[in-house]
Amino acid sequence: MSSISTEDIKREFTRSVLGMTGIAIITSLIIISIIATVTIPASTFQEWNNPEKWLTYPKTSIPIWVNYFTSEKIPEHKIIEPRIINSESDNTYLTSQQFPVNFEFDDFPSDFVYEFETKYSDSYLLTVSLLRPDEKEINLISTSLPFSENETVYKQRIFSTDEMIKKNIRMESEMFAFDVSDKNLTNVIFSETSENKVLKGDYTFIINTYGIKSENKIIDSKIILGGKAFGFMGTDELRRDLAVGLLWGTPLALFIGVSVAIGSVIVGLVYGVYSGYKGKKTDEALMRFNDVIYALPALPFLIILAVTISNSIFLMIGFLMIFSWVGIAKVSRSMSLQIKTRQYVEAAKIMGEKDTKIIFKHIIPQLLPYAFASIAISVPAAITTEAGLSFLGLGDPSFPTWGQILHDANTYGAAAQGFWWWIVPPGLLIAVTGLAFVFIGNALDTIVNPKLKR
Amino acid sequence: MFGVLLITLLLTIALVGSNMDTILKQGIIFQVRSEITDNPSISQNFTNPDEFEAYVQQKIDERIKNLGLDSPWYSPQRIGYTMIKIMMLDFGNATFLTSDNGSSDVGDILLEKIPKTVLLFTTATIIISIIGIVLGAASSNKIGSKTDRVTSTFAVISSSFPVWWIGMLMIFAFAFVYQIFPARATPDMEPSDPGYILSLLYHMALPVITIVLIGFGSWAYLVRNFMVGVMQEDFITAKKTMGINKKKIVYKHALKNAAPPIVTILALSLSGSLGGAIITEAVFDWPGMGRLYFEAITVMDLPVIIGSTYILTVLFLVSIFIADLLYGYFDPRVRTGT
Repeated sequence: MSSISTEDIKREFTRSVLGMTGIAIITSLIIISIIATVTIPASTFQEWNNPEKWLTYPKTSIPIWVNYFTSEKIPEHKIIEPRIINSESDNTYLTSQQFPVNFEFDDFPSDFVYEFETKYSDSYLLTVSLLRPDEKEINLISTSLPFSENETVYKQRIFSTDEMIKKNIRMESEMFAFDVSDKNLTNVIFSETSENKVLKGDYTFIINTYGIKSENKIIDSKIILGGKAFGFMGTDELRRDLAVGLLWGTPLALFIGVSVAIGSVIVGLVYGVYSGYKGKKTDEALMRFNDVIYALPALPFLIILAVTISNSIFLMIGFLMIFSWVGIAKVSRSMSLQIKTRQYVEAAKIMGEKDTKIIFKHIIPQLLPYAFASIAISVPAAITTEAGLSFLGLGDPSFPTWGQILHDANTYGAAAQGFWWWIVPPGLLIAVTGLAFVFIGNALDTIVNPKLKR
Repeated sequence: MFGVLLITLLLTIALVGSNMDTILKQGIIFQVRSEITDNPSISQNFTNPDEFEAYVQQKIDERIKNLGLDSPWYSPQRIGYTMIKIMMLDFGNATFLTSDNGSSDVGDILLEKIPKTVLLFTTATIIISIIGIVLGAASSNKIGSKTDRVTSTFAVISSSFPVWWIGMLMIFAFAFVYQIFPARATPDMEPSDPGYILSLLYHMALPVITIVLIGFGSWAYLVRNFMVGVMQEDFITAKKTMGINKKKIVYKHALKNAAPPIVTILALSLSGSLGGAIITEAVFDWPGMGRLYFEAITVMDLPVIIGSTYILTVLFLVSIFIADLLYGYFDPRVRTGT
């Protein structure tokens, strides 16, 4: 085992297909992590468990790319930003906002919400109308905001279920050749006039606000057209964009896996080598302690630790380490028993070198290839265990991981309702990440232990 | 081995001890207050609310003292007492959970759940080991063949999938998309019903299939690696030159020699899967130890937690012990004294 040099390992490793596949997967995962941390601000991510933040998103919507594979296009959920035009006539100031939307789907949007925040004084009037592809314009609502003498900031949401809008549509009912009274509003205004089918094309929501003060201002304004497809990864029951959770889960999973693996391998290695090198009573005592930890049922204890002490992610890494160094300690002890009898170690001993120096300088370097292989092999176990704990609902709520997404999926019965986009990607990511490290570990292992190669 | 058991117990109690005390004390306070509201005559004796409060507090302190809760949970006599009680398998009463027939005695609950977990995981492990040994032997017979490569690849891939995630997918696929198996693994019949066993087996099918699917690959791979070692031994070569049927060599002579490590790992993986049962059973809703543990954790039912951790450790140690015995049986060299 000591006869292999680093050069040999490198050369053999680059020749192994599996090893290189593993490296490729991990590289792409690292790239994903970097993209995630750069493009998605950490503040978004910390709001993961704050339902307020996700209000404008749709519930359990399918990823939009599904539309490329289906003949029937599922309406996308759209958040539309306005184009604002200001004008003035006869002492009234008009702000006209246009919200263009291209609607080319085979089903009606489920609803729409107009959300705005404005700063005004005196009286203020607001009208909403929809310009359809067939050049017809439907007035949806005209309403006045509460009169105020001083300048106020006013925030409101107008929903498509509003009674006023319903009334206005009933007045326009002669435009449509079918009965509009029993239909959802969006099923009417996005419909062809001759029959109740989706009219495809470019729609524009026009929102005009009239006031008599030039200082009146629209601070924030957007129209949310409700659909059933959203984002690259869809959303979950709590309207959260799964892409955010999955992307941010990547660096976390890598961090957990790698730090647990490195930590436990270092501890196990030093512990095992020390025990093997010292021999006699020290060895006996250390190995008995090792046996005790080995015989503890790991998962129940991890659960108890997480429940009683803390489920902070950093402590969790520590807990995982407690249970994963044992096997490595055993193997490295038996290896150090062999190395200890080599002549150069004996020589160093006779020369009066300190024990610690012999261990760190002469024995551990011999075990490094084995150490790297075991780091790679113990990463997946750490990731799956953490995912398992999160799946049981014991994860750190401030750092949502893949396991927690699956936990939520299970709580909301995603399997029963067929939300595959909520179940498949997180698990697949866990598996792929684990697989990458297993590939690397196996490739290293075959080089380090030539016995397995045949 | 007994020492390990003691340490496990000590650790468990140490971890949940303080919480348990808080809960017990709150229970007493609640009890005292409700007793007083039940007897309005007591409060009528007091004119001053402060005096009344003092009286209540005194009552509470009295009870706490009577139950020995005034000394902290880590005091030697309390820990010793708790440990002896648990070792005599007296786990006390559960705070929230009950067994199917309504008993809240932790021992009763555990007795009801253990057979189900053992049934599920023993069945799965037996199927896994049979498939694994046959496949492993077959692939070690022809190293580099298609069987060998497929097995090895499958082993590597399946080992990195979490069982519970595959479980979720299986439920999705076979309980909802194709409605072959029930989604919840809890049988919906009374145990006295004659069809109960059939129903239990039917409900068990999906979890067993899932566990087997994930498990057998790595098993076959392990068996293969052991067998490859054995197949290179001199006595196999000798048998080959003697012209003995190759199949017979593999399944009779080589497998027997590879048996000791295989059996050890079999026992260890069986007990290891008991720990993993917590998540698997939670996914499939299988009414065993694992789900009990999960439920106990969710509602913080501490006596149940302590009891099940203890039982899990006992099962784990028993299987290590059995593995040792079997090792001696298959490999007479380690037997001493005879």
